[in-house]
Parts: sequence; structure tokens; C-alpha cells
Amino acid sequence: MLLAEQVLNGAEFGIMLFLLAAGLTLVFGIMGLINLAHGSLYMIGAFAAAWAGNATGSFLMALLTGMGAAAVIGMAVEALVLRRLYARDHLDQVVATFGLILFFNEAATMLFGRQPLFARMPPWLGGSVELLPGVPYPAYRLAIIAVGLLVALGLYLLVARTRLGMLIRAGNSDREMVRALGVDIGLIYTLVFGLGALLAGLAGVMAGPVFSVQVGMGEQVLILTFVVIIIGGIGSVRGAFVGALLVGMVDTLTRAFLPGLLKLVLSTSDADAVGNGVSSMAVYLLMAAVLLWRPRGLFPAHG
Amino acid sequence: MGIGIKAFGAAALAMGLTCQAFAADPVKIGMITTLSGPGGYLGEDVRDGFQLAIDQDSGKLGGVPVAVEVEDDGLKPGAAKDIAQRMLASEHIKLMTGIIFSNVAGAVVPDILDAGAFYVSPNAAPSGFAGKDCNKNYFVVAWQNDALHEAAGEYANQLGYKKMFILAPNYQAGKDSLGGFKRTYKGEVVGEIYTKLDQTDFAPELAQIRDAKPDAVFQFEPGGLGITFLKQYVQAGLMDKIPMVLASPSMDARTLGAVGEAALGVQVASHWNSDFDNAANKQFVAAYEAKFHRTPTYYAAMGYDTARLIGSALKATGGDVDKADAFRAALRKADFPSVRGAFKFGANQHPIEDWYELKVVKGEDGKPILKTVGTIYKDRGDAYAAECKM
Repeated sequence: MLLAEQVLNGAEFGIMLFLLAAGLTLVFGIMGLINLAHGSLYMIGAFAAAWAGNATGSFLMALLTGMGAAAVIGMAVEALVLRRLYARDHLDQVVATFGLILFFNEAATMLFGRQPLFARMPPWLGGSVELLPGVPYPAYRLAIIAVGLLVALGLYLLVARTRLGMLIRAGNSDREMVRALGVDIGLIYTLVFGLGALLAGLAGVMAGPVFSVQVGMGEQVLILTFVVIIIGGIGSVRGAFVGALLVGMVDTLTRAFLPGLLKLVLSTSDADAVGNGVSSMAVYLLMAAVLLWRPRGLFPAHG
Repeated sequence: MGIGIKAFGAAALAMGLTCQAFAADPVKIGMITTLSGPGGYLGEDVRDGFQLAIDQDSGKLGGVPVAVEVEDDGLKPGAAKDIAQRMLASEHIKLMTGIIFSNVAGAVVPDILDAGAFYVSPNAAPSGFAGKDCNKNYFVVAWQNDALHEAAGEYANQLGYKKMFILAPNYQAGKDSLGGFKRTYKGEVVGEIYTKLDQTDFAPELAQIRDAKPDAVFQFEPGGLGITFLKQYVQAGLMDKIPMVLASPSMDARTLGAVGEAALGVQVASHWNSDFDNAANKQFVAAYEAKFHRTPTYYAAMGYDTARLIGSALKATGGDVDKADAFRAALRKADFPSVRGAFKFGANQHPIEDWYELKVVKGEDGKPILKTVGTIYKDRGDAYAAECKM
């Protein structure tokens, strides 16, 4: 029963990561841009939603404001800053987008102050659902899982079944050829970046009632997000989905059960120390193992 | 009559001159604190509380003009060390304060003391400096780090909890907190978990807590971690079943604002609360709220107390920090009305103070507030004072 609950926890955490990773992997894979400021867009989504939610009391307004703010600011940043970086090497991109992190953190501090914000939980999701007898599971976390699955399905349909998706896939495998065929690749880039920002904003909105809405919240999850897209294969939405679930599961299950299992063979304090150490590393060990086995990730997007 | 006016004019002129002489040479105070990042509001409150005391005394402390230089350490010990070096070496600052985090204090305080300057801590108080590494120029206004967790342990005893589940982040202050809690808690610890310092999802730990069926939970998840933990704890439906005991860093007026109603019922061990009924505190809380439009946290209260303690010593020595022995003796007396009420220094120059039971309840306007409901300890010092040989 505990196992079932922890598996659900792992799935939920994984799906939260997927919402962030999907946008990042599209941007990274298609545009070849390392965007460290992806976490800032997540923060913008969370802050805008918390602000709108507190001002209007409506979760719908919070959702629309959060996603809208992230998408609009994302596209503005793409047009003003990132467009100049596509041709340059990754180090320049890292430096510039790191600068954006500092800029957005400071801007959020100036606008909202240094203390964490209160983010309203929609009352109809405030309760818990008894999935298994005796194990109430928070309804909000089930909602996160549902939203994540919908986003995954929507992205799959978009990428696999639409003309825009075809162009995205084409841009992913041979950007020069797409340009040569007369497609406005700049517009596609802006749209893809806007889509990534929208998803980051959605993740921020969903995270608000569960996590602490504070300056720097994006950097906390950014590293895990990169781990996810590296495991999944850069540029692949399917990879991001599988990678995110893997990372969520491994992280949750090792934290939950490893110390207990080690206690069977080690003394309590040793088991705690080793268990804590290994479970903190588990995600990175997973990444190393996957890269040894498949150096380009599980589902490499470039043929 | 004419002569009278002239004399008055001359006297006024003379007074103006002396005032100018003072104003040109205020006592410099270096404040290194954390103003950026998720912990930034802690330093902001210490700074604002400190500044409030100066503003109330029109730019002075204890009647002596002061100039405070505030620098942000960004929670980076290396950066804080550089700032301290500059303040000590090129600006000849003899009096420093402000550090929030113990890891920063551990790196910076030895440099300050080696340079012969004074350090008066508004918050950080790692065990080393309270025990064998204590120093005659090192004072702590808030507490010794372990004391708050010891108070929480005793609070759990008094509440009659027989089985506790305890957790904290896996770093030095987290380990100290669980160690401090276990030092005074007499019941059984049925589960002990160290979480990650950058953790955002506590669902696995919450499932373990539910499974262990403790009487109550003690957690030391400071700042944003604690907000996240509390939100998820309530959403998992645990708050109604398993009550929570906290040390004050896990629940202050600002975190309460971010958690909201979810925090109702949480029990906090603290040395200060905004509702304390003493004259010094009442005027402090009123003045702080009027100036900054927010309820002061204990960080703000400690910033204020630190400034007033420094003021008392400046007054006693006429503002001459270079007379180190006299200044130190004046600091030791702690001759100021603390917002906590009873307050004095122990042999290791850490506080001997009372600890209180607080509870999060609904305030008059329906918003949750921290309410003082009882006393945990009277005149409590810390566990390390005996190791201090000065």
C-alpha cells in the first residue's frame, strides 16, 4: 500500500518535471539553444498566477494570467535577446541566459519583495481522494497528473499530426534545408519558444499551491529538468516524458525505500547515512548509466 | 537684551559646531547580511529592525551618531569574507553585525575577531563559538542555535507526545536541529529523515510519516522549504491527524503569510513573538508596522534588539569603540529594554532568556496569526556555556 502511494508520488513528481522538460527539450533540440532562463519562465508563471489568484480569487484567472505572462515574456525575450544568440556557441548562450536569470530574479524581488508569496489552491481541488482504503491522496496532485497527461497527449498530436509539428520535426533534423525550402524558420523559432514558455508557465501555475512561490524557485528544478532531457534524448518530447517519469520514480522510490532496505544489512545510522547519500545521487547515477548505454539518450531526436 | 541675544547666538553656534564635529565622525557599523536569494527576506528584516532603532533615535544609537554600511553576502561565505576584509582593513570598522546563516558566520567571524573588532550577532550562533571557541569580542543577541530545538523538544514533552517523527535538511544546521531536539525530548523518535536542501517534493517523506503513525512531527525546514513542506503536509490530509511542533525559524510572520490557513494549529517554540505584552515590544511592533506595513518577524525583532544593545554600550562609553574593555563591559551588562522582556548574557556572552509556546490561530480579521499561549523555559542558557573559557 505504501509502495502504491509512493509510485503515485513518483509519477506525480515526474509529470511535474515533464511539464518543464517538454518546453526545454523543444527549445534545446530544435533551436539548439541552451536556455538556462527556462526556470525563470516557470517562476514568472508561478508569480503571475499567485498575484492574479490573490487579486481576483479565481483559479481560472490565475491559470490564464500565469500561462499568458510566461508565454508573452518568453516570446519577448526570444525576440529581444535570444535571437542574437542562435549563431553563437553554447558558452555565449549560457552566459546570456544566466544573465537573464539574474535579471528576472531581481525584477521579481523589486516587484513582489523578498518573501515567498501565498498561492491560492482552488477550493474544489483542496480535498483528498481515497484511492486505496486508508490512503487519502491529495486531489490537487491527481489534477497535476491529469494535466500532465493531457499536455503529453496534446504535444504528441501537435508534433506528429499537424503541419506545424511537421515543420518542427523538419527543423529539428535539418534546419538549413527547411530554410532553403522557403519556410520562415524565425517565426517557427518564436512559436516554439513561446510554446516552451507557455508550458513552463503552466508548470509554474500548477506548482504554486504545492511548492513555495519564491525568487529563485526556477533554479531549484532547472538541474533536474536538464537531467530529464539528457536522459530522454535532446529534442524528443517522448524522451522527455519517459525521462521525467524515470527521474521522478527513481528519486521518489530511492528516497522512500533505500534507507529502509539498507537497514536490513547495516546499522541504523549507517543505513541512514548511506541511504541518504545514494538517494541524493540516484538520479545522476541513472543519467550516467543511461548515457553509457545510449550516449544520445533514450529517444534521440536527430536520426 | 542685545547681549543676551548675542550670547544665545554664540551658544547656538557653538552647539552647532559640536554637533557638526560629531556628525562628521559617526561610529561606523558594518552590517553583512543576506539580502538576495530565497533567504533574502531574513536579512531585509534584520536590516529594517536595526535601522528602525537608529531612525527612532534620529540617526543615533544611545545618543551617539552612527553610520551603518549594509552589504549583501548572497549567502556565500566567500563573498562575505571579502566584504569583511574590506570593511576591516580599508575602512577600519570596529563593530560588525548582521550575519543570518551559520555557514557564513563560521567563515567570517574569525576574521573579524582576529582583527580585534567586535561582532554582535543578530541571528547565527553556531555551537563552536558558544563553547570552546568563544571569544570576548563575540556577542549573540538572538540565541544559541541548538537552544531553539531544545525548547521545541521540551515543548513536545509538555504537550505529552510519546512518539515523534523528526526531519530536517541534510546540512550542518539540520543535523544540529535534530541533535538539539533529541537532547531534551524524552519520548521515542519513531522516524528520522534528512531531506535534501533543494528538495521541492516531500510526498515520499509524507507517506513515511503516515506509515509510522507518530503522535506528532517536528521539522526544521527553514524558509521556502518549510512553506513547501507545510502546504504538502496539509494537502496530504496529515495536519488534522498528526500535529506539528516547530522551532521558530520554520514559522515566522512572513512564512505564515505564504502558507496561509494551512498553518492553523501548528505549535511553535520561540523566544519572541509580536504579541508580547511589554512596553519595549509594543512600541517596537507599532513603529515597525507603521514604517514597513508588515508584521515584524523575530529577525526584525533581533535586528532591533541588536541595535539597542549596541546603543546601550555606545552610550556608556560615549561612542568610543576603541576603548575595547569599557565597550565590552558595557555590552555584557545588556542594559537595554529587550523586546523579549527578560534578557541577559551568560558567561559565553550568549543569551539567557525565556522560551514560549506559540500557536497558529485565526486572528480577529480571520487571517492566521501566531499567538503566545504559554511558557516552555524560564531563564534558559545553552548547552555549550560550560565549555567556554574566556
